[in-house]
Amino acid sequence: MVPESYYLGLSAALFAIGVVGVIVRRNPLVIFMSIELMLNAANLAFVAFGHRLGSPDGQVLVFFVLAVAAAEVAVGLAIIVAIFRLRRRLSVDDLSVMRW
Amino acid sequence: MALAAFALIALIALGSALGLVVKRNPIHGALFLVVNLGSIAALYLTLGAEFLAAVQVIVYAGAIMVLFIFAIMVLIPGKDETGPDPRRALRLWALPVGGVLFLQVVVLLVLFGGKPPAGEPGASGSVETVGRLLFTDYLFPFELTSVLLLAAMVGVLLLARRRA
Repeated sequence: MVPESYYLGLSAALFAIGVVGVIVRRNPLVIFMSIELMLNAANLAFVAFGHRLGSPDGQVLVFFVLAVAAAEVAVGLAIIVAIFRLRRRLSVDDLSVMRW
Repeated sequence: MALAAFALIALIALGSALGLVVKRNPIHGALFLVVNLGSIAALYLTLGAEFLAAVQVIVYAGAIMVLFIFAIMVLIPGKDETGPDPRRALRLWALPVGGVLFLQVVVLLVLFGGKPPAGEPGASGSVETVGRLLFTDYLFPFELTSVLLLAAMVGVLLLARRRA
């Protein structure tokens, strides 16, 4: 039986790698994928806690996170494609058009 | 045995996550992310969440990653991230920030990790358990999810429409 704290440690490591990816990378697509990585790390923590507490509620929450992630990816990719049409470039550093 | 399996899957997950961050080509990054999502599905299985493991593969690896790869193919971002970095000083913060986040959880684990479980460990992750909970206790958020997906769909249609 693997202790749940190992899962939490792995989740923390994955989340930290995701944060590093968001800060380091300049391609908005890769930044998005790093965000997905962080969401998955949080999901893993949810399932681990649910397993530890013997309740399936954590899994239901993961279900909602999945739905939100799907909506977020669809809208985010649409925004990226729209900006690419406008700018012909793909770098987060000149995305200040989103500011108003 | 279970520990060895966990260690193997965790190594695959960590390696593919690092590959996503390190590799310059976004297609390689996307494929690494698919490996990562698959390994997390395997971890769900080891935690007894069979339904979630299946949903993870279908929704993430099947739907979301196809969308990502489609976007990468459409945008063809081959030449990005090759020139000099205009905000180098900002990106040097990445490792300290990530390290501090990681250390926080490690400290918490060391402080509180040895406590005995509060409840009966090993919740069932069958379709019946999760589905029953979704349609009783979590019925309202579940319905809100459909509204959210509808709003996202309409928003994407609006964004993707070419200006006449």
